Amino acid sequence: MIPTAFEYRRAGSVAEALSLLQEGGPEAKLLAGGHSLIPMMKQRLAEPGLLIDIGGLDELRGIQETDGEIAIGAAMTHAEIAASDLLREQAPIVAETAAAIGDAQVRSRGTIGGSLAHADPGADLPAVMVALDATIALLGPNGERKVQAEDFFQDILTVDLGEDEIVTGVCFQACRSAAYAKLEQRASKFALVGVAAALTLDGGTCSSARVAVTGASSHAQRLSGVEGALAGASLPDGAASASAGAGDALDFVNEDLHGSEEYRRAMTAVFARRAIEAAAGRG
Amino acid sequence: MTSVDGPVLPKLIGERVKRREDPRLIQGQATYVDDIKLPGMLHLAFKRSDIAHGVIKSIDTSAAAAIEGVELVITGAELAEHLGPMPIGTPFPAPDHFSVATDKVRYVGEPVAVVVAEDRYIARDAADAIEVEYDELPAVVDPEAAMEAGSATLHEGFERNIAVESYWGGTGVNPETAQPEDDSAVDAAFAEADVVVSQRMMNQRLAPNAMEPRGVVAHYEPGREYLTVWSATQNPHILRTLVAAMMGLGEHQVRAVAPEVGGGFGCKINIYGEEYTAAALSRLVKAPVKWIEDRTEAFLTTTHGRDLLGYIDLAAKSDGTITGLKARIIADIGAYEVLLTAMIPTLTGLMMNGVYRLPVVRHELTEVFTNKTPTDAYRGAGRPEGLYFLERAVDMVARELDMDPAEVRRKNFVPADEFPFATQGGLVYDSGNYEPCLDKALEVADWQGMLAERDAARAEGRIVGVGLSFYVEVCGLGPSAVVPTGGWEHSGVTVERGGKVTATTGASPHGQGNETTFAQMLADHFSIPFEDITILHGDTGVVKQGIGTFGSRSQAVGGAALISAAGKAGDKMKQFAAAMMTDQEVSPEDLVFEDGRIQVEGAPEVSKTFAEVADFAYVPVPLPAGMEPGVSEESFFEPENNTYPFGCHISMVEVDRETGETKLLKLIAVDDCGNVINPLIVEGQVHGGLAQGIGQAMFEEVVYDEDGQPVTASFMDYVMPRAADLPVFELDRTVTPTPINPLGAKGVGEAGTIGSTPCVINAAVDALAPFGVTHIEMPLRPERMWRLINEGGQS
Repeated sequence: MIPTAFEYRRAGSVAEALSLLQEGGPEAKLLAGGHSLIPMMKQRLAEPGLLIDIGGLDELRGIQETDGEIAIGAAMTHAEIAASDLLREQAPIVAETAAAIGDAQVRSRGTIGGSLAHADPGADLPAVMVALDATIALLGPNGERKVQAEDFFQDILTVDLGEDEIVTGVCFQACRSAAYAKLEQRASKFALVGVAAALTLDGGTCSSARVAVTGASSHAQRLSGVEGALAGASLPDGAASASAGAGDALDFVNEDLHGSEEYRRAMTAVFARRAIEAAAGRG
Repeated sequence: MTSVDGPVLPKLIGERVKRREDPRLIQGQATYVDDIKLPGMLHLAFKRSDIAHGVIKSIDTSAAAAIEGVELVITGAELAEHLGPMPIGTPFPAPDHFSVATDKVRYVGEPVAVVVAEDRYIARDAADAIEVEYDELPAVVDPEAAMEAGSATLHEGFERNIAVESYWGGTGVNPETAQPEDDSAVDAAFAEADVVVSQRMMNQRLAPNAMEPRGVVAHYEPGREYLTVWSATQNPHILRTLVAAMMGLGEHQVRAVAPEVGGGFGCKINIYGEEYTAAALSRLVKAPVKWIEDRTEAFLTTTHGRDLLGYIDLAAKSDGTITGLKARIIADIGAYEVLLTAMIPTLTGLMMNGVYRLPVVRHELTEVFTNKTPTDAYRGAGRPEGLYFLERAVDMVARELDMDPAEVRRKNFVPADEFPFATQGGLVYDSGNYEPCLDKALEVADWQGMLAERDAARAEGRIVGVGLSFYVEVCGLGPSAVVPTGGWEHSGVTVERGGKVTATTGASPHGQGNETTFAQMLADHFSIPFEDITILHGDTGVVKQGIGTFGSRSQAVGGAALISAAGKAGDKMKQFAAAMMTDQEVSPEDLVFEDGRIQVEGAPEVSKTFAEVADFAYVPVPLPAGMEPGVSEESFFEPENNTYPFGCHISMVEVDRETGETKLLKLIAVDDCGNVINPLIVEGQVHGGLAQGIGQAMFEEVVYDEDGQPVTASFMDYVMPRAADLPVFELDRTVTPTPINPLGAKGVGEAGTIGSTPCVINAAVDALAPFGVTHIEMPLRPERMWRLINEGGQS
């Protein structure tokens, strides 16, 4: 619980943060809410020599809607996202998921950018971003880069983000008929299995769907078999058969004290169905 | 007739007085060990073993010693020149256990070296820089396998890793006899029984998780050859005795202070190696030293609780009459015996008599060393284990006979007219009246309504169950015959100038609220305002003598000592008052305390104020014949027996058919802890106890892998119960006073923990009974429940 010595710098702007990041090289780490990084530092699992605090930067804040596209700044906290009227109306899945992250302390400090960049295998928001086909905006020394969420999450704690880049925000199309359902790991409150479903509905029929899982595997990823089965399915009745094989299709499944591979595969199907039913209920 | 001014003071005993401790605790105004800062203070960090079992080949401290700000790096072998093996508080044989390992490590987290440095950060860096080489040995993790020939052994002289073996049985036996007696009656009872239930049950290992971890500041002053130790402990006087002995000092050379202590739950009874080490190193480096445990260390090195495996058989007649009990218990005590380690599992067998007339009992206990953190007391300490085993088995009998679990229990209760009641194990239950408590619980819960609600839910396809337990526990530890430190408690009561009162207690509250309850008692005793009373505790420099807080003893033993001392102080106040009223020919025997006055009973005009008398006591001119000035009295109270509170808990659970998640829908607790000083505090104790008992049933478990590596060493994996996991508890009480102390109070600190665990598991088994499930191991992990729903049987 005692970290190694480190230097702390508070960046005055994103540009300054970028230059500090370049100066610091591999020793440098960005700090926003600190709710993944600081516990790792306290256990000496991470020993960065330089912390660059970007948590308070105005450039990374805000939730806006423009022509049906919603943008969230990377430094917005889970609590702020959960409380956003804009999100509650136009993308309730995002607000609800943020409200179900960890506990009040985590939500008050943890940020969406931090959660996505850290990519804990049990983090909730990555699945939601994949299901919403969100674009993640990155800024580096060579300018801005945009990555689709499903390409951003690559492996356990591994994302398409250079050491010299900063996640600045996410954007996605407004979507009411989307929902997230999770089985909590009761100690950490991370998702043992969490599924996000975003549906395009035509009356009671699903014309297309994006469904993504977190917690079950190394990283958030689409459940393409479920998506295929949902196309043309009538909902909510068709949710069960569409999600029945959801867990079996996963290549790699996590296993620990809290859930075996078999259990996580089974729960993937259960929570896929629950997410789809909830999303259809919003239709 | 003269009128008398002044307020009428309400009686406070039995009132819901808010805890006077809470404002400072919740406003950050309390002083914990980590708040203590002394000039020139240095900081300790321990290098700890990262393997479960191995011989220390070499320790290289050179890199650590070279770090700027490091004062000293010392290995276990070097420290052993200053500190001998640690004492224990039980009469059982025990292997040597040094504060810091000298030649072999036996659990992950065991210290092997210590750093003394300028600050905590440097100390930790230096500890990380120490290089230790081990010859690794096979880890012993399964207590049953540990007893097999061929298993690796932890300690020389403890073959097959067995620390303690005890056996008693038959009818009316002597628990101190280790040899089998004629217990053929047990076999006969089982041969003649209409029904026998047999179950292997696990009482899993738990981490106590006090909100404040352990910590110590030690300051040895060479000039006056005096040691002061501040520690997050439940019993500063025991700390003083043991630290003095380890340091080669007399008790007159040691002051031990327990400042504000943020919870103990039994894990702060033990006096730990870190406390002895801090004292020894302060003397060695001639400076005060501090060590504050971090949460990882707390998981790895603070004593764990429970970890008992039971093979339980219960015999009964077809009408539900219980005819015999057999219990074979294997306690996994971890790597060493610490203060009370070996004693805790012995309480399990003693308390397995429960609230029933058990004609015959056979009890076998084996305590086994494994490469895990040592175990010791954890809230309930032996009783939750025994009552869980028994109350699960009684429920199985009810299920086997298709009887209402409440009625099976009722049938076997010790009747109210048989108290004091001697159990097979040699305990004497002081008082009890079980049937009214059962009836009240059934009424408060609406038991029949709950059964109907369960059946209606099942008809809808929901998985719902109800469960009941009835416990008796042992509180008020002493007497001295059974507590190696002494089983008494001490109190001092001083009436100060101005009529204020300062009282001391050897009980060392760390969440129990004795500053409030003891002040209530004194306010009533002297009939003075609550605000005029201060209760001091937790400092051997202030509290002359004491034992401490454990075994739900503060009120039953500490409270009795307080009231005895108050009686003596009151007598002297009356003598002074009588002397001040000689012209009115008043004798002390005529006087009573009433609304801030000392008056002739029924004649308030013949009186002096309490404050006037107090002032006179300190300037007694003329000094009444035969009297000394001042009013400062003390008492030791030695209980003649323990107290035996009891209660009935009822719960309802629902299990998610798809996920196996269990939700606790209802918990009703009707407890009988005798007379109650403060119902608010009693309910608070019950609430906390329930949360911890439910935590064991549903959430908590310390898990080690096959290499002896802990896999639940943080709150990311160790599941603590949270407020949102718990229903609104429904509480009620019956009142059966104890004759053991003048207060009639029995103790309540552990009750909630004892009744709730079997009650919740009984409800969970009831929920899954339609799936052919007959037993469920704790905790109720969702996957475990999911498998039972899908596969049936047992977990």
